[in-house]
Amino acid sequence: MINPQMVMYEEEFNQIQTVVDRLVRDANAKVVFIVDKNGQLISASGDIDSVDTTSLASLTAGNIAATGGIAKLLKENDFATQFNEGEKSNTYTQLAGNRVILVVIFDARSSLGLVRLRVKKANEELTQIFDALLKKTAEPGSDSPFAEITDEDIDNLFND
Amino acid sequence: MSFINYMAREINCKLVYYGPGLCGKTTNLQYIYERTNPDAKGKMISLATETERTLFFDFLPLSLGEIRGFKTRFHLYTVPGQVFYDASRKLILKGVDGVIFVGDSQIERAEANLESVENLRTNLAEQGYNLDKLPYVVQYNKRDLPNVASVEELRQMINPTNVPDFEAVARTGVGVFDTLKAVAKLVLTELKKGGGG
Repeated sequence: MINPQMVMYEEEFNQIQTVVDRLVRDANAKVVFIVDKNGQLISASGDIDSVDTTSLASLTAGNIAATGGIAKLLKENDFATQFNEGEKSNTYTQLAGNRVILVVIFDARSSLGLVRLRVKKANEELTQIFDALLKKTAEPGSDSPFAEITDEDIDNLFND
Repeated sequence: MSFINYMAREINCKLVYYGPGLCGKTTNLQYIYERTNPDAKGKMISLATETERTLFFDFLPLSLGEIRGFKTRFHLYTVPGQVFYDASRKLILKGVDGVIFVGDSQIERAEANLESVENLRTNLAEQGYNLDKLPYVVQYNKRDLPNVASVEELRQMINPTNVPDFEAVARTGVGVFDTLKAVAKLVLTELKKGGGG
């Protein structure tokens, strides 16, 4: 397949979470989250109880996919950043490592300039982490934990 | 492309409902949403036009339970069925783990079904997928209407490779969960084989 399977291990997850936690503080953000391009939420930090992160993740991926489609029509590789300005909340979206999407939700306590600056730094770190993660996933011996499951396990899931 | 998270002990898979305009893809999702325990589902999102035609996609996250300590989550998506939304359909197929083709059983929709199933194959191929190698099931919807083709005729037309198929009336829920379970099972079986998308 063209896209290798995404696998998240504890070590890399902790590294990613550290970057995301710090970005919330450094950028004075309300919420920061990372989504893969297929809409799966990878990590979130900040006031996450105030938002539906699953829905946000799916819509963000849809939005990025649509924007990517527009970019291709205009013979651009991609539009790597997007900024949405609202009355109270704003979002800043950045493609990181060409693999995942970093979203910062912020209000008047922060500014676009600050967010942009902090995101740039975080993006560099995330790119490195995800590059390493991809390599690790591609290594032989990193089998799916599902190799061991039986047909019975699968059937049991549907027996309610 | 499934996403395995060792940290959260979760596995996430993406299922896409495909089919011609007005065949009942959104209705499948609505029925699943209505009949699923609140703990097992998230919010259903529909990006639709003012006349309730799907504009971009519908989205419904579902939890199926645990396998060997891993929570299995399925993200259900529909595509916009209308022919001119092809660019959007392609985007939604990205990273798909399993496909449900919803066919419209009405005789006058035969051509639309055929066109859509060919479009599915083409759009998957563009993303590097082969429909014959992907977990895939077919649903013959709207069996309650008077002017429907026989299942044999439909099978010949839109299911020549003989994948698991189901008769359905999505409006009342007939066959909806059977279809979903069948494709979910195929996806998990694929993961077991280590394919994982």
